Amino acid sequence: MQNGNPDDGFTCSPQWRISTRPTAAKKHLADALAPYLYSAPALILIVTVMLVPLVLGISYAFRDIQLLNPFSGGFVGLDHFRTLSQDQNFYRALRNTLWWTGWSVLLQFVFGLILALLLDKPFFGRAIVQALVFLPWAVPSFLAGLNWAWLFNPVVGPLPHWLFAVGIMSEPNNILSDPQLAMWGPIIANVWWGIPFFAVTLLAALQAIPRDLYEAASIDGAGPVQRFISITLPFLAPTIAITVLLRTVWISNFADLIIVMTNGGPADRTQIVASYIFTQAFKRLDFGYASAIALVLLVLLITYSMLIVVLRQWLLSKD
Amino acid sequence: MASIDIAAIHKSYGIHPVLHGIDLAIKDGEFVVLVGPSGCGKSTLLRMIAGLEAVTDGEIRIDGKRVNDLAPKDRDIAMVFQSYALYPHMSVAKNMSYSLRLRKTAKETIASVVARAANKLGLDPLMERRPKALSGGQRQRVAMGRAIVREPKAFLFDEPLSNLDARLREQMRAEIKKLHKDLGATSIYVTHDQIEAMTLADRIVAMHGGIIQQVGSPLDLYDNPANLFVAGFIGSPGMNFFEGRYMLVDGKPVFAPTGGVELALEAPANLSDGSRATLGIRPEHVVLGAEGPETQMAAIDLVEPTGFGIILHLTLGPVSLNAFTLDRRFLNATGTVAVRLPANHLHFFDESGRKV
Amino acid sequence: MTAKRIVSVLAHRLAILAYVAFALFPLYWLLKVSVTPNKLLYSEGIKMWPSRTSFEHFEFVLKHSEFPTFFKNSLIVSGSTAVIVTMLASLAGYALSRFNLRGKFWIVALMLLTQMFPLVMLVAPIFKMLSPLGLTNSLTGLVIVYTAFNVPFATFLMQSFFDGIPKDLEEAAMIDGATQFVAFRQIILPLTLPGIAATLGFVFTAAWSELLFSLMLISGNDAATFPVGLLSFVSKFSVDFGQMMAAGVMALVPACLFFLLIQRYLVQGLTAGAVKG
Repeated sequence: MQNGNPDDGFTCSPQWRISTRPTAAKKHLADALAPYLYSAPALILIVTVMLVPLVLGISYAFRDIQLLNPFSGGFVGLDHFRTLSQDQNFYRALRNTLWWTGWSVLLQFVFGLILALLLDKPFFGRAIVQALVFLPWAVPSFLAGLNWAWLFNPVVGPLPHWLFAVGIMSEPNNILSDPQLAMWGPIIANVWWGIPFFAVTLLAALQAIPRDLYEAASIDGAGPVQRFISITLPFLAPTIAITVLLRTVWISNFADLIIVMTNGGPADRTQIVASYIFTQAFKRLDFGYASAIALVLLVLLITYSMLIVVLRQWLLSKD
Repeated sequence: MASIDIAAIHKSYGIHPVLHGIDLAIKDGEFVVLVGPSGCGKSTLLRMIAGLEAVTDGEIRIDGKRVNDLAPKDRDIAMVFQSYALYPHMSVAKNMSYSLRLRKTAKETIASVVARAANKLGLDPLMERRPKALSGGQRQRVAMGRAIVREPKAFLFDEPLSNLDARLREQMRAEIKKLHKDLGATSIYVTHDQIEAMTLADRIVAMHGGIIQQVGSPLDLYDNPANLFVAGFIGSPGMNFFEGRYMLVDGKPVFAPTGGVELALEAPANLSDGSRATLGIRPEHVVLGAEGPETQMAAIDLVEPTGFGIILHLTLGPVSLNAFTLDRRFLNATGTVAVRLPANHLHFFDESGRKV
Repeated sequence: MTAKRIVSVLAHRLAILAYVAFALFPLYWLLKVSVTPNKLLYSEGIKMWPSRTSFEHFEFVLKHSEFPTFFKNSLIVSGSTAVIVTMLASLAGYALSRFNLRGKFWIVALMLLTQMFPLVMLVAPIFKMLSPLGLTNSLTGLVIVYTAFNVPFATFLMQSFFDGIPKDLEEAAMIDGATQFVAFRQIILPLTLPGIAATLGFVFTAAWSELLFSLMLISGNDAATFPVGLLSFVSKFSVDFGQMMAAGVMALVPACLFFLLIQRYLVQGLTAGAVKG
């Protein structure tokens, strides 16, 4: 790429000759193409491995595709959606998704915000503390799931015994096998795993608030609570909004912890839509039906996102 | 070294035009300064010569050869950037030798050329440092060193001194001038600072709104500004302007500022009776404390000592006027003072702003 | 005033301590069980530290299980993915940062779209696409899939790093005699090294943690990655807690190493992408 003609005999004299000289047309073409050459590999990969399967997946939703049935593959129209509308498991999964997403996001946000506020003050050893409290974020999600499943396991984990000791449980049982409580297992694991994400994002926003604003407010006579309400919150609001919204979408699709910890059980009490799709595809190898559910999920998520966008526009126009 | 010819250059970004037909011939070895307020297109023109911006229309020739479609690297020019653009991950020596290494110049040649340039710029003790460890002035020197090691056809300077503090700027300005004397290289220098333009240039190109307003030697532009823009831009404190009407009263030339008292003129101007015009005079040409028939009384509003001289803010009827004097008696002046506007220093501009 | 101040400082430190304990306790427990000898596992189940420790579980896992293979597979997959993604994302991020691309809006929109839809939607079609190509049950297939999944986020990340480098530098290089590509390679890339390290770290961790697609695409032990291997081990020998946790500790080590590497860039990465965890 050095753009030197090998045969223009490189000279040692400080008088340079200009080496190869592309014609004007060639240069224009190269100039026009260069940006696309830089981004082409990434784009080609994204299109073939994400966009094509996405379109294919949408088409599966209207076809009978079962991996173990060699005669499948035909067009079935809206059959899958008719089945889906009768599928009680699907409706339960939908309710579970709301439950799972709502509590996970709420708890991650509240504890993440508190952590960010705690870390915003300088104190001795802050760097080490920060590295330690953010560590769960680095733990692979499958391992986080297994780790918490073991903690909830009365054989090797302390949690059931502690819950029993403080009187929350009548017997030191595994909450993951209790239909009433099972969902709290993955939620707690998710909160543990997701607090750092919120804390890091909010901490960055907190540290971007100009310090002299607080000084000015103090001189004007504002106490700590007033400073938090009149300065911190308004400055954090955009970050909070965008983080919570994106995280909501992400968590509602996040099936790893559930698949690892409960696999949807007991009695489908922890099955969310994403894990239901995976189970249909992975266990029953019914790709058509799985794709139909996925399409419904996609439509729901798009609707949610559109609502958010509209809401945002409305809030902005009010200002 | 080479001449640079710019013919009918146009530049637009989309539908937004920036340069409207620039023509300029730069002689071999000349030091040309492009000066103008920000957004006048001077930097764009420089970057087009460098090959960093595409030419929309027109032709640029370096040493007689059309370069419109050549990449920057094939134009054999060097450039000093406002930000210096030193490579942060390379030492000073590596920064200076980068262009030679790209051209696969022999090691011994590089070493001697770089050493000579470093010596010339007083960089010898800094050669192994990274740019981060240098002061602003030193970085500036390295940027110059990087340009001179190549002995290019032309040097381009894009506001190279504007990141320095005032004192250092003066010092570097002198160094650039000395360097140009030594090397005699064709140089194009962009600045918005008219003092830099005046002190450095063989020829100044004053630009405004994507159009060349005037090309000439520094004193040419100072003494004989072609239009209102150049008259106002060159010189500090700036020229005084009065809008009004040129008239002949009883055959005697008079200038009537809008809403003000008529000023009797010592000599007629090249304007028709009753035409709208602007009258300009530089503050240092206003004669203070004079006596005679053309004298008028002006009220003193403010006295600004600059140390070197004194700037007086005056009111002449409804119009305000600045005067510059070296006479320290005016330091404590109050009330009114007699002023005279000598005819040989008056500039008249017609309605379109052109000098008459 | 001072008493109030002491109380508030004390409350602050206690709260911090509570967070540290909550964050570390599960990992501590993992480590604790992995060094507890089998004999003591049940008798001293919930003691905070066993009366005797041993590395027998690690020894077993390393010598008599297939975990070394899983570990190696995961290293190969995550390492290759990280390297390839970083290369592609550097190029694409540079294009987004520096060129006035026609259709840039659509490229960014496409990349954002890939961050918004549930990846679980792709499980079935990707399996169907890769299976006739012989790319199921193969590490290559996993690398291709993971690379595509991670390129969009990594591109945004790299773009944010390129945006932080003044354009003057490559213009200076181009005037010094470099082509745009040489300027990119010799001037810009070296200055983006921290960004490259961060991207490598992010992608490595993401690939190391991925579960659903490896479960779907890999069935045999030969090509199993660590998550697949660990999960199948869990379902087969669900009582060998010591060994499972020893394997868990092994899975944790590379992730934590990379975490330390990228910790400093965490904030920049998240604010740049603000999309993915």
